[in-house]
Amino acid sequence: MVMQDFEKIFQGHIDQEIKIEPRDWMPDAYRKTNVRQISQHAHSEIVGMLPEGNWISRAPSLKRKAILLAKVQDEAGHGLYLYSAAETLGTTRDQMIADLHSGKAKYSSIFNYPTLTWADMGAVGWLVDGAAIMNQVMLCRTSYGPYARAMVRICKEESFHQRQGFESLMVLSQGTPEQREMCQDAINRWWWPSLMMFGPKDSESTNSDQSMKWKIKRKTNDELRQNFVDMIAEQVKVLGMTLPDADLKWNEERQHYDFGEINWDEFWNVVKGNGPCNKQRLDARRKAHEDGAWVREAAVAYAEKKKLKEKTA
Amino acid sequence: MNSTNFIQKYYYGDIPDQPGGTLQQTTQDAHAWPLWEVFIRSKQGLDHKHAGSLHAADATMAIENARDVYTRRQEGVSIWVVESKYLHASNPDDAESFYTPAEDKVYRHPTFYDIPPEVGHM
Repeated sequence: MVMQDFEKIFQGHIDQEIKIEPRDWMPDAYRKTNVRQISQHAHSEIVGMLPEGNWISRAPSLKRKAILLAKVQDEAGHGLYLYSAAETLGTTRDQMIADLHSGKAKYSSIFNYPTLTWADMGAVGWLVDGAAIMNQVMLCRTSYGPYARAMVRICKEESFHQRQGFESLMVLSQGTPEQREMCQDAINRWWWPSLMMFGPKDSESTNSDQSMKWKIKRKTNDELRQNFVDMIAEQVKVLGMTLPDADLKWNEERQHYDFGEINWDEFWNVVKGNGPCNKQRLDARRKAHEDGAWVREAAVAYAEKKKLKEKTA
Repeated sequence: MNSTNFIQKYYYGDIPDQPGGTLQQTTQDAHAWPLWEVFIRSKQGLDHKHAGSLHAADATMAIENARDVYTRRQEGVSIWVVESKYLHASNPDDAESFYTPAEDKVYRHPTFYDIPPEVGHM
């Protein structure tokens, strides 16, 4: 068979909604795109533990501390599901970690913003996880089998993340004037970066929609962003808070909310590494990896020693 | 704003490689832990089902890690782990010749046989 035939069969499977599995033939670019996307997704989960980990020791009650610990542990688990999904495509864990630490591999820019107050834990759960869920629900039907299965697992756990965030903000919104102010301030700071999570506008990308054709993605950035705005614009009313956008308005004709322009200069700046916490996040990851080196070595040495003992016994 | 940024497709969750990025380095930690496949029985009476994979230095650690990674919400009552290198699989390229011989053997299914209704459930 010539290459074109393989590609035709491959696309045929995609068009018939047959999942692609690790040992199936796939175009190099499909493999590469999936490795890039899945590993970025994994890195986002891992780096995403840092802004929340920041508040574990300062959570206002034992209940909130337990919840936050569970959530951060989930993020670690999600990172691990995704790393192993990426490994089925032929990359190694060490390679992915090295790429993150060298700055070659990206992660979601949202985690380069600081978590300044306790209310940020609520806003991150409600807005940041809320935005992530939009993408993740779509990815449950992505064409690469191991990625889709990891996403199903993640989505099951993720809705707890969004709900606990909303509930935590609701408590603040019914509290003292200071608590209400803290709640509104967190929403104000996280709203625009959350909208930026969806990436540039569709009109500003000129390449072909290969990821759509391969059904790695099934919705465009703008579609996902609009779904998110429509959802949050309603939910914020329940909190009795507002979103910091004067142009946010229900459009009867479109049956969607209109919203204001995103600051794209800020977006590109953070992507390029100039956000408030880019350096801090990567330094923390590198330090954790380097400080843990002796543990990894010791575990291997112990396993080898044990194996030897079993042999001689 | 740098307009060259917009030439590449950029989907949510898939930030494109920067042009002129660093060379692909192949890193393999000398102390890398092997890969294990994890199978979980969700409750007594059901089969163990493949849940995913993880890295661990030995079987004991693989089972402990599997508990933390795959059963945080009581998803399992029993865990099997096997080092991935010991798993053998059929070749997807041979799928046609391997599985299609069963395709035209409809007589292997009970619905192939017409039985008078008075016989009752059979």
